Amino acid sequence: MAAGSGGLKDATALVGIGQTPFAKRLPEDERTLACRAVLAALDDAGITPGEVDALASYTMEETDEVELAKACGFGDLTFFSKVGFGGGGSCATVAHLAAAITAGQASVGVAWRSRKRGSGPRPWTDTTVQLPTPAQWTRPYGLLRPADEIAMLTRRYLHEYGATRDHLFNVALACRNRANQNPAAIMYDRPLTREMYMASRWISEPLCLFDNCLETDGALACVVVSAERARDCRRTPVYVHSVAQSLPAQHHGMVNYWNDDPLTGPAWSAARHLWKHSDLAPEDVDVAQIYDAFTPLVLLSLEGYGFCGRGEGGAFTEGGALETGGLLPVNTGGGGLSEAYVHGFNLINEGVRQLRGTSTAQVPGASACLVTAGEGVPTSALLLRS
Amino acid sequence: MLRPVPDTDGAPFWEYAAQGELRVQACAACGELRFPPRPCCPHCQSFESAWRPMSGRGRVWSYVVAHPPLLPDYAARAPYDVVVVELAEAPRIRLVGNLVGGAGEPLGSLPPESVRIGARVQAVFHDGLVQWVPERP
Repeated sequence: MAAGSGGLKDATALVGIGQTPFAKRLPEDERTLACRAVLAALDDAGITPGEVDALASYTMEETDEVELAKACGFGDLTFFSKVGFGGGGSCATVAHLAAAITAGQASVGVAWRSRKRGSGPRPWTDTTVQLPTPAQWTRPYGLLRPADEIAMLTRRYLHEYGATRDHLFNVALACRNRANQNPAAIMYDRPLTREMYMASRWISEPLCLFDNCLETDGALACVVVSAERARDCRRTPVYVHSVAQSLPAQHHGMVNYWNDDPLTGPAWSAARHLWKHSDLAPEDVDVAQIYDAFTPLVLLSLEGYGFCGRGEGGAFTEGGALETGGLLPVNTGGGGLSEAYVHGFNLINEGVRQLRGTSTAQVPGASACLVTAGEGVPTSALLLRS
Repeated sequence: MLRPVPDTDGAPFWEYAAQGELRVQACAACGELRFPPRPCCPHCQSFESAWRPMSGRGRVWSYVVAHPPLLPDYAARAPYDVVVVELAEAPRIRLVGNLVGGAGEPLGSLPPESVRIGARVQAVFHDGLVQWVPERP
Protein backbone atom coordinates (compact mmCIF):
# COMPACT_ATOMS: atom_id res chain seq x y z
CA MET A 1 0.00 0.00 0.00
CA ALA A 2 2.21 2.79 -1.23
CA ALA A 3 1.56 6.47 -1.69
CA GLY A 4 0.55 7.85 -5.07
CA SER A 5 -2.89 8.27 -6.52
CA GLY A 6 -4.35 6.87 -3.31
CA GLY A 7 -2.99 9.84 -1.36
CA LEU A 8 -2.75 9.13 2.34
CA LYS A 9 -5.06 6.13 2.28
CA ASP A 10 -3.38 3.30 4.23
CA ALA A 11 0.02 4.78 3.33
CA THR A 12 1.09 5.02 6.99
CA ALA A 13 0.48 3.11 10.17
CA LEU A 14 0.47 3.60 13.92
CA VAL A 15 3.02 1.18 15.29
CA GLY A 16 3.59 2.29 18.85
CA ILE A 17 1.59 3.83 21.69
CA GLY A 18 2.70 4.95 25.12
CA GLN A 19 1.34 6.73 28.14
CA THR A 20 2.11 7.66 31.74
CA PRO A 21 -0.22 6.88 34.61
CA PHE A 22 -3.24 9.21 34.82
CA ALA A 23 -4.04 11.00 38.07
CA LYS A 24 -5.44 14.20 39.49
CA ARG A 25 -1.91 14.99 40.65
CA LEU A 26 1.36 13.56 39.37
CA PRO A 27 4.64 14.67 40.96
CA GLU A 28 6.63 14.95 37.71
CA ASP A 29 6.51 18.01 35.45
CA GLU A 30 5.01 18.07 31.95
CA ARG A 31 8.36 17.75 30.21
CA THR A 32 9.29 14.63 32.16
CA LEU A 33 5.87 13.12 31.55
CA ALA A 34 6.20 13.86 27.82
CA CYS A 35 9.56 12.08 27.67
CA ARG A 36 8.16 9.05 29.50
CA ALA A 37 5.16 8.72 27.15
CA VAL A 38 7.26 9.20 24.01
CA LEU A 39 9.92 6.67 25.05
CA ALA A 40 7.20 4.18 25.99
CA ALA A 41 5.60 4.57 22.55
CA LEU A 42 8.95 4.07 20.78
CA ASP A 43 9.68 1.00 22.91
CA ASP A 44 6.21 -0.35 22.05
CA ALA A 45 7.08 0.09 18.36
CA GLY A 46 10.57 -1.36 18.71
CA ILE A 47 12.09 1.79 17.20
CA THR A 48 15.12 3.53 18.70
CA PRO A 49 14.85 7.24 19.58
CA GLY A 50 17.74 8.05 17.21
CA GLU A 51 15.47 7.15 14.26
CA VAL A 52 12.81 9.76 15.06
CA ASP A 53 12.86 12.57 12.49
CA ALA A 54 9.35 14.06 12.77
CA LEU A 55 7.26 15.46 15.62
CA ALA A 56 3.73 16.78 15.93
CA SER A 57 1.75 18.11 18.84
CA TYR A 58 -0.76 20.79 19.86
CA THR A 59 -0.02 24.53 19.99
CA MET A 60 -1.06 24.31 23.65
CA GLU A 61 1.69 21.75 24.30
CA GLU A 62 4.27 23.39 26.54
CA THR A 63 7.12 20.92 26.03
CA ASP A 64 8.65 22.08 22.76
CA GLU A 65 10.38 20.03 20.09
CA VAL A 66 13.86 21.19 21.09
CA GLU A 67 13.47 20.02 24.67
CA LEU A 68 11.92 16.70 23.72
CA ALA A 69 14.48 15.93 21.00
CA LYS A 70 17.39 16.80 23.27
CA ALA A 71 16.11 14.81 26.23
CA CYS A 72 15.03 11.70 24.35
CA GLY A 73 17.99 11.52 21.97
CA PHE A 74 16.23 11.93 18.64
CA GLY A 75 18.11 12.14 15.34
CA ASP A 76 18.00 15.14 13.01
CA LEU A 77 14.40 16.32 12.76
CA THR A 78 13.19 17.12 9.24
CA PHE A 79 9.54 17.80 10.05
CA PHE A 80 7.78 19.33 13.05
CA SER A 81 4.29 20.70 13.37
CA LYS A 82 1.92 22.12 15.96
CA VAL A 83 -1.86 22.18 15.60
CA GLY A 84 -4.09 24.82 17.14
CA PHE A 85 -7.52 24.93 18.78
CA GLY A 86 -6.91 22.78 21.85
CA GLY A 87 -8.59 19.41 21.69
CA GLY A 88 -9.47 19.96 18.03
CA GLY A 89 -5.84 19.24 17.21
CA SER A 90 -5.52 15.71 18.56
CA CYS A 91 -6.12 13.66 15.41
CA ALA A 92 -4.46 16.30 13.24
CA THR A 93 -1.10 15.54 14.88
CA VAL A 94 -1.24 12.05 13.40
CA ALA A 95 -2.61 13.42 10.12
CA HIS A 96 0.32 15.83 9.79
CA LEU A 97 2.85 13.05 10.42
CA ALA A 98 1.08 10.78 7.94
CA ALA A 99 1.21 13.52 5.30
CA ALA A 100 4.88 14.29 5.97
CA ILE A 101 5.91 10.64 5.82
CA THR A 102 3.85 9.99 2.68
CA ALA A 103 5.41 13.05 1.04
CA GLY A 104 8.91 11.82 1.88
CA GLN A 105 9.70 14.58 4.35
CA ALA A 106 10.34 12.18 7.23
CA SER A 107 10.29 8.50 8.11
CA VAL A 108 9.55 8.08 11.82
CA GLY A 109 7.07 10.46 13.41
CA VAL A 110 6.02 10.88 17.02
CA ALA A 111 2.88 12.71 18.13
CA TRP A 112 2.42 13.52 21.80
CA ARG A 113 0.52 15.51 24.40
CA SER A 114 1.57 16.11 27.99
CA ARG A 115 -0.59 18.06 30.34
CA LYS A 116 -1.03 18.82 34.00
CA ARG A 117 -4.62 19.88 33.86
CA GLY A 118 -5.54 18.19 37.12
CA SER A 119 -3.05 20.15 39.21
CA GLY A 120 -2.19 23.02 36.88
CA PRO A 121 -3.89 26.30 35.99
CA ARG A 122 -6.83 26.68 33.60
CA PRO A 123 -6.38 29.50 31.12
CA TRP A 124 -9.93 30.85 31.38
CA THR A 125 -9.61 31.44 35.13
CA ASP A 126 -6.97 34.10 34.58
CA THR A 127 -8.48 37.45 35.53
CA THR A 128 -5.52 39.56 34.47
CA VAL A 129 -5.30 38.52 30.83
CA GLN A 130 -8.28 38.54 28.53
CA LEU A 131 -7.92 37.72 24.87
CA PRO A 132 -9.53 40.59 22.96
CA THR A 133 -11.40 38.39 20.49
CA PRO A 134 -13.77 36.72 21.01
CA ALA A 135 -13.66 37.14 24.80
CA GLN A 136 -14.87 40.75 24.57
CA TRP A 137 -18.24 39.45 23.34
CA THR A 138 -18.69 36.81 26.02
CA ARG A 139 -16.65 37.04 29.20
CA PRO A 140 -17.99 40.36 30.56
CA TYR A 141 -21.42 38.68 30.62
CA GLY A 142 -20.18 35.75 32.66
CA LEU A 143 -19.86 33.25 29.80
CA LEU A 144 -16.50 32.30 31.22
CA ARG A 145 -15.75 28.62 30.72
CA PRO A 146 -15.81 26.13 27.87
CA ALA A 147 -18.64 24.38 29.74
CA ASP A 148 -20.75 27.57 29.49
CA GLU A 149 -20.04 27.92 25.79
CA ILE A 150 -21.06 24.34 25.00
CA ALA A 151 -24.03 24.48 27.41
CA MET A 152 -25.41 27.33 25.28
CA LEU A 153 -25.38 25.14 22.16
CA THR A 154 -26.75 22.23 24.19
CA ARG A 155 -29.76 24.18 25.44
CA ARG A 156 -30.63 25.13 21.87
CA TYR A 157 -30.08 21.54 20.70
CA LEU A 158 -32.37 20.10 23.38
CA HIS A 159 -34.99 22.73 22.54
CA GLU A 160 -34.84 22.20 18.80
CA TYR A 161 -34.83 18.40 18.71
CA GLY A 162 -36.54 17.31 21.91
CA ALA A 163 -33.45 15.53 23.19
CA THR A 164 -33.26 15.16 26.97
CA ARG A 165 -30.82 14.93 29.85
CA ASP A 166 -31.34 11.17 29.73
CA HIS A 167 -29.62 11.19 26.34
CA LEU A 168 -26.68 13.07 27.80
CA PHE A 169 -26.64 10.58 30.66
CA ASN A 170 -26.45 7.69 28.17
CA VAL A 171 -23.16 9.15 26.93
CA ALA A 172 -21.74 9.66 30.42
CA LEU A 173 -22.79 6.16 31.43
CA ALA A 174 -21.25 4.42 28.41
CA CYS A 175 -17.93 6.13 29.10
CA ARG A 176 -18.08 5.32 32.81
CA ASN A 177 -18.99 1.69 32.20
CA ARG A 178 -15.97 1.27 29.93
CA ALA A 179 -13.74 3.06 32.45
CA ASN A 180 -14.93 0.56 35.05
CA GLN A 181 -13.28 -2.12 32.86
CA ASN A 182 -10.03 -0.19 32.40
CA PRO A 183 -7.57 -0.27 35.33
CA ALA A 184 -5.68 2.73 33.85
CA ALA A 185 -8.81 4.89 33.99
CA ILE A 186 -9.21 7.44 36.74
CA MET A 187 -12.82 6.31 37.27
CA TYR A 188 -11.96 2.59 37.18
CA ASP A 189 -13.49 1.88 40.58
CA ARG A 190 -16.25 4.53 40.50
CA PRO A 191 -19.51 3.27 38.94
CA LEU A 192 -22.09 5.84 37.83
CA THR A 193 -25.88 5.55 38.19
CA ARG A 194 -28.73 7.55 36.72
CA GLU A 195 -29.64 8.66 40.23
CA MET A 196 -26.14 10.04 40.80
CA TYR A 197 -26.26 11.82 37.45
CA MET A 198 -29.65 13.44 37.98
CA ALA A 199 -28.81 14.49 41.55
CA SER A 200 -25.37 15.92 40.75
CA ARG A 201 -24.66 19.62 40.97
CA TRP A 202 -25.05 21.94 38.02
CA ILE A 203 -22.00 23.45 36.36
CA SER A 204 -23.74 25.37 33.60
CA GLU A 205 -27.38 24.38 33.12
CA PRO A 206 -28.25 22.24 31.22
CA LEU A 207 -24.86 20.62 31.91
CA CYS A 208 -24.22 18.97 35.28
CA LEU A 209 -21.01 17.70 36.84
CA PHE A 210 -21.10 14.37 34.98
CA ASP A 211 -21.50 16.07 31.58
CA ASN A 212 -17.99 17.48 32.02
CA CYS A 213 -14.69 15.74 31.38
CA LEU A 214 -12.13 14.93 34.03
CA GLU A 215 -9.18 17.13 34.89
CA THR A 216 -6.12 14.98 34.59
CA ASP A 217 -2.35 14.97 34.81
CA GLY A 218 -0.76 12.67 32.26
CA ALA A 219 0.95 12.28 28.90
CA LEU A 220 0.49 10.11 25.83
CA ALA A 221 2.30 9.51 22.57
CA CYS A 222 2.11 7.43 19.41
CA VAL A 223 4.50 6.53 16.59
CA VAL A 224 3.71 6.83 12.87
CA VAL A 225 5.74 5.23 10.07
CA SER A 226 5.14 4.26 6.44
CA ALA A 227 3.04 1.14 5.82
CA GLU A 228 6.13 -0.46 4.34
CA ARG A 229 8.26 0.24 7.40
CA ALA A 230 5.41 -0.88 9.66
CA ARG A 231 5.85 -4.47 8.55
CA ASP A 232 9.18 -4.63 10.39
CA CYS A 233 7.90 -3.23 13.67
CA ARG A 234 7.27 -5.14 16.87
CA ARG A 235 3.49 -4.74 16.77
CA THR A 236 0.72 -5.42 14.29
CA PRO A 237 0.31 -2.18 12.33
CA VAL A 238 -2.85 -0.10 12.63
CA TYR A 239 -3.28 1.68 9.30
CA VAL A 240 -4.18 5.35 9.01
CA HIS A 241 -6.91 4.82 6.44
CA SER A 242 -8.32 8.35 6.16
CA VAL A 243 -7.66 11.67 7.88
CA ALA A 244 -9.40 15.04 7.99
CA GLN A 245 -9.04 18.51 9.40
CA SER A 246 -11.86 21.00 9.40
CA LEU A 247 -12.43 24.67 9.97
CA PRO A 248 -15.80 25.22 8.27
CA ALA A 249 -16.83 28.41 6.50
CA GLN A 250 -17.89 31.20 8.87
CA HIS A 251 -17.11 29.06 11.90
CA HIS A 252 -16.38 30.96 15.08
CA GLY A 253 -14.60 28.77 17.63
CA MET A 254 -16.39 27.22 20.55
CA VAL A 255 -18.84 30.15 20.78
CA ASN A 256 -20.24 29.09 17.44
CA TYR A 257 -23.38 31.22 17.62
CA TRP A 258 -22.56 33.52 14.74
CA ASN A 259 -23.19 31.56 11.59
CA ASP A 260 -26.31 30.37 9.83
CA ASP A 261 -26.43 26.97 11.44
CA PRO A 262 -24.59 26.70 14.78
CA LEU A 263 -25.73 23.12 15.41
CA THR A 264 -23.81 21.72 12.45
CA GLY A 265 -20.28 22.25 13.63
CA PRO A 266 -16.86 21.23 12.33
CA ALA A 267 -17.68 17.50 12.61
CA TRP A 268 -19.90 17.83 9.55
CA SER A 269 -17.22 19.16 7.24
CA ALA A 270 -14.51 16.92 8.72
CA ALA A 271 -16.80 13.96 8.00
CA ARG A 272 -17.32 14.94 4.36
CA HIS A 273 -13.58 14.93 3.77
CA LEU A 274 -12.95 11.81 5.85
CA TRP A 275 -15.52 9.65 4.04
CA LYS A 276 -14.62 11.05 0.61
CA HIS A 277 -11.09 9.71 1.01
CA SER A 278 -12.18 6.41 2.54
CA ASP A 279 -13.20 2.99 1.26
CA LEU A 280 -15.50 2.75 4.26
CA ALA A 281 -18.84 4.25 5.26
CA PRO A 282 -20.23 4.94 8.75
CA GLU A 283 -21.93 1.53 8.84
CA ASP A 284 -18.51 -0.13 8.46
CA VAL A 285 -17.20 1.41 11.68
CA ASP A 286 -17.03 -1.19 14.45
CA VAL A 287 -16.10 1.10 17.31
CA ALA A 288 -15.66 4.86 17.74
CA GLN A 289 -13.61 7.06 20.04
CA ILE A 290 -15.53 10.34 20.02
CA TYR A 291 -14.14 13.46 21.66
CA ASP A 292 -16.07 13.96 24.86
CA ALA A 293 -14.94 17.01 26.78
CA PHE A 294 -18.71 17.41 27.28
CA THR A 295 -21.45 14.79 26.74
CA PRO A 296 -23.39 16.80 24.10
CA LEU A 297 -20.34 16.81 21.82
CA VAL A 298 -20.91 13.09 21.32
CA LEU A 299 -24.51 13.66 20.14
CA LEU A 300 -23.38 16.40 17.74
CA SER A 301 -20.57 14.16 16.46
CA LEU A 302 -22.82 11.12 15.93
CA GLU A 303 -24.85 13.34 13.59
CA GLY A 304 -21.87 15.05 11.97
CA TYR A 305 -20.02 11.83 11.16
CA GLY A 306 -23.16 10.29 9.71
CA PHE A 307 -24.15 7.60 12.22
CA CYS A 308 -27.64 9.09 12.33
CA GLY A 309 -29.58 12.00 10.87
CA ARG A 310 -29.60 15.57 12.05
CA GLY A 311 -31.38 15.93 15.38
CA GLU A 312 -31.31 12.15 15.92
CA GLY A 313 -28.17 12.04 18.09
CA GLY A 314 -30.15 11.81 21.31
CA ALA A 315 -32.41 9.00 20.12
CA PHE A 316 -29.37 7.15 18.75
CA THR A 317 -28.02 6.71 22.28
CA GLU A 318 -31.12 4.84 23.47
CA GLY A 319 -31.25 1.10 24.14
CA GLY A 320 -27.57 0.82 25.03
CA ALA A 321 -26.39 1.75 21.53
CA LEU A 322 -23.13 3.22 22.82
CA GLU A 323 -22.37 0.29 25.15
CA THR A 324 -20.37 -2.85 24.39
CA GLY A 325 -22.49 -4.97 22.05
CA GLY A 326 -24.54 -1.92 21.02
CA LEU A 327 -24.92 -0.32 17.60
CA LEU A 328 -21.73 1.73 18.06
CA PRO A 329 -19.59 1.13 21.14
CA VAL A 330 -17.87 4.42 21.99
CA ASN A 331 -14.93 5.56 24.10
CA THR A 332 -14.00 2.05 25.11
CA GLY A 333 -11.22 3.16 27.44
CA GLY A 334 -13.57 5.53 29.25
CA GLY A 335 -12.89 8.64 27.18
CA GLY A 336 -12.27 12.13 28.47
CA LEU A 337 -15.29 11.79 30.74
CA SER A 338 -14.02 8.80 32.71
CA GLU A 339 -10.54 7.59 31.65
CA ALA A 340 -8.46 10.77 31.43
CA TYR A 341 -8.74 14.20 29.87
CA VAL A 342 -5.49 14.82 28.04
CA HIS A 343 -6.96 16.77 25.15
CA GLY A 344 -8.32 13.62 23.53
CA PHE A 345 -5.03 11.84 22.92
CA ASN A 346 -6.18 8.84 24.94
CA LEU A 347 -8.86 8.31 22.27
CA ILE A 348 -6.14 7.79 19.64
CA ASN A 349 -4.28 5.23 21.74
CA GLU A 350 -7.51 3.42 22.57
CA GLY A 351 -8.34 3.26 18.87
CA VAL A 352 -5.01 1.52 18.30
CA ARG A 353 -5.68 -0.94 21.14
CA GLN A 354 -9.08 -1.83 19.68
CA LEU A 355 -7.55 -2.65 16.30
CA ARG A 356 -4.75 -4.63 17.93
CA GLY A 357 -7.40 -6.55 19.87
CA THR A 358 -5.97 -5.49 23.24
CA SER A 359 -8.60 -3.11 24.65
CA THR A 360 -9.92 -3.75 28.15
CA ALA A 361 -13.38 -3.47 26.54
CA GLN A 362 -12.54 -5.20 23.29
CA VAL A 363 -15.12 -5.14 20.50
CA PRO A 364 -14.80 -8.63 18.99
CA GLY A 365 -13.25 -8.57 15.55
CA ALA A 366 -13.04 -4.76 15.38
CA SER A 367 -11.36 -3.78 12.12
CA ALA A 368 -12.35 -0.13 11.67
CA CYS A 369 -12.31 2.59 14.30
CA LEU A 370 -13.23 6.27 14.01
CA VAL A 371 -11.32 8.64 16.28
CA THR A 372 -12.42 12.27 16.50
CA ALA A 373 -10.96 15.44 17.97
CA GLY A 374 -12.74 18.27 19.76
CA GLU A 375 -16.09 19.25 18.26
CA GLY A 376 -17.17 22.87 18.48
CA VAL A 377 -13.63 24.02 17.71
CA PRO A 378 -11.76 23.55 14.41
CA THR A 379 -11.34 19.81 14.48
CA SER A 380 -9.73 16.70 13.02
CA ALA A 381 -10.48 12.99 12.70
CA LEU A 382 -8.84 9.67 11.89
CA LEU A 383 -10.28 6.53 10.43
CA LEU A 384 -8.08 3.63 11.50
CA ARG A 385 -8.19 0.08 10.19
CA SER A 386 -6.39 -3.14 11.00
CA MET B 1 -16.29 41.98 36.97
CA LEU B 2 -14.49 41.62 33.66
CA ARG B 3 -14.67 44.59 31.32
CA PRO B 4 -14.69 44.18 27.53
CA VAL B 5 -11.19 44.48 26.09
CA PRO B 6 -11.99 45.70 22.57
CA ASP B 7 -9.81 45.00 19.57
CA THR B 8 -9.56 47.46 16.67
CA ASP B 9 -12.54 45.96 14.87
CA GLY B 10 -14.73 45.75 17.96
CA ALA B 11 -14.00 49.21 19.41
CA PRO B 12 -16.84 51.06 17.59
CA PHE B 13 -19.41 48.60 18.99
CA TRP B 14 -18.37 49.47 22.53
CA GLU B 15 -18.17 53.20 21.80
CA TYR B 16 -21.76 53.17 20.54
CA ALA B 17 -22.85 51.03 23.51
CA ALA B 18 -21.32 53.60 25.87
CA GLN B 19 -23.59 56.20 24.18
CA GLY B 20 -26.64 53.96 24.60
CA GLU B 21 -26.79 52.76 21.01
CA LEU B 22 -26.83 49.24 19.61
CA ARG B 23 -25.08 49.27 16.26
CA VAL B 24 -23.83 46.39 14.13
CA GLN B 25 -21.06 46.48 11.55
CA ALA B 26 -22.28 46.40 7.95
CA CYS B 27 -20.47 46.31 4.65
CA ALA B 28 -20.54 49.77 3.07
CA ALA B 29 -20.37 48.18 -0.40
CA CYS B 30 -22.90 45.32 -0.37
CA GLY B 31 -24.78 46.14 2.82
CA GLU B 32 -24.42 42.72 4.51
CA LEU B 33 -24.38 42.85 8.31
CA ARG B 34 -21.64 40.94 10.09
CA PHE B 35 -20.90 40.00 13.67
CA PRO B 36 -18.42 39.87 15.33
CA PRO B 37 -16.80 42.83 13.57
CA ARG B 38 -13.88 42.12 11.24
CA PRO B 39 -11.69 44.00 8.76
CA CYS B 40 -13.45 43.06 5.54
CA CYS B 41 -16.70 41.72 4.19
CA PRO B 42 -16.86 37.90 3.83
CA HIS B 43 -19.42 38.33 1.01
CA CYS B 44 -17.78 40.91 -1.27
CA GLN B 45 -14.35 41.43 0.35
CA SER B 46 -14.79 45.18 0.63
CA PHE B 47 -12.81 46.88 3.39
CA GLU B 48 -15.35 49.70 3.70
CA SER B 49 -17.75 49.37 6.60
CA ALA B 50 -20.50 51.31 8.31
CA TRP B 51 -22.16 50.89 11.71
CA ARG B 52 -25.89 50.44 11.31
CA PRO B 53 -28.30 51.22 14.19
CA MET B 54 -30.49 48.35 15.36
CA SER B 55 -33.91 48.56 17.00
CA GLY B 56 -32.63 46.70 20.06
CA ARG B 57 -35.48 44.22 19.85
CA GLY B 58 -34.65 40.53 19.83
CA ARG B 59 -35.50 37.03 20.97
CA VAL B 60 -33.69 34.64 23.28
CA TRP B 61 -31.99 32.04 21.03
CA SER B 62 -30.52 30.07 23.90
CA TYR B 63 -29.40 30.51 27.49
CA VAL B 64 -27.43 28.86 30.26
CA VAL B 65 -27.52 29.19 34.02
CA ALA B 66 -23.99 29.36 35.36
CA HIS B 67 -23.04 27.88 38.72
CA PRO B 68 -19.65 27.85 40.48
CA PRO B 69 -16.76 27.23 40.13
CA LEU B 70 -16.58 30.72 38.60
CA LEU B 71 -14.40 33.80 38.97
CA PRO B 72 -15.09 35.32 42.42
CA ASP B 73 -17.18 38.32 41.28
CA TYR B 74 -19.33 36.07 39.12
CA ALA B 75 -19.60 33.33 41.76
CA ALA B 76 -21.08 35.95 44.09
CA ARG B 77 -23.91 36.50 41.56
CA ALA B 78 -24.51 32.80 40.77
CA PRO B 79 -26.66 31.17 39.69
CA TYR B 80 -27.13 33.70 36.90
CA ASP B 81 -28.36 33.52 33.33
CA VAL B 82 -26.32 34.17 30.22
CA VAL B 83 -28.39 34.52 27.06
CA VAL B 84 -27.78 34.58 23.34
CA VAL B 85 -30.18 37.03 21.71
CA GLU B 86 -30.92 37.04 18.01
CA LEU B 87 -31.79 40.48 16.73
CA ALA B 88 -35.32 41.08 15.38
CA GLU B 89 -34.15 42.64 12.12
CA ALA B 90 -31.22 40.25 11.60
CA PRO B 91 -31.74 36.82 13.20
CA ARG B 92 -28.28 35.64 12.16
CA ILE B 93 -26.76 38.39 14.31
CA ARG B 94 -26.68 36.89 17.80
CA LEU B 95 -25.32 38.67 20.86
CA VAL B 96 -24.25 37.16 24.16
CA GLY B 97 -25.62 39.04 27.16
CA ASN B 98 -27.61 38.82 30.35
CA LEU B 99 -31.34 39.10 30.87
CA VAL B 100 -31.83 41.40 33.87
CA GLY B 101 -34.86 42.72 35.73
CA GLY B 102 -34.38 46.28 34.51
CA ALA B 103 -31.82 48.68 33.08
CA GLY B 104 -28.81 48.98 35.35
CA GLU B 105 -29.69 45.95 37.44
CA PRO B 106 -26.85 43.47 37.92
CA LEU B 107 -26.30 40.11 36.30
CA GLY B 108 -28.38 37.54 38.15
CA SER B 109 -31.12 40.06 39.05
CA LEU B 110 -33.80 38.11 37.19
CA PRO B 111 -34.66 34.60 38.47
CA PRO B 112 -33.07 32.17 35.98
CA GLU B 113 -36.28 30.13 35.80
CA SER B 114 -38.03 33.08 34.15
CA VAL B 115 -35.81 32.86 31.05
CA ARG B 116 -37.26 31.08 28.01
CA ILE B 117 -36.05 30.39 24.48
CA GLY B 118 -38.05 32.58 22.13
CA ALA B 119 -38.84 35.25 24.75
CA ARG B 120 -38.93 38.78 23.34
CA VAL B 121 -36.33 41.07 24.84
CA GLN B 122 -35.19 44.65 24.50
CA ALA B 123 -31.67 46.08 24.69
CA VAL B 124 -30.87 48.58 27.43
CA PHE B 125 -27.52 50.09 28.28
CA HIS B 126 -25.62 50.43 31.51
CA ASP B 127 -22.03 51.30 32.23
CA GLY B 128 -20.99 50.70 28.62
CA LEU B 129 -22.53 47.23 28.44
CA VAL B 130 -25.57 46.07 26.50
CA GLN B 131 -28.13 44.44 28.80
CA TRP B 132 -31.42 42.76 27.91
CA VAL B 133 -34.76 43.17 29.65
CA PRO B 134 -38.04 41.38 28.97
CA GLU B 135 -39.97 43.34 26.32
CA ARG B 136 -42.94 45.19 27.75
CA PRO B 137 -46.13 44.51 25.78
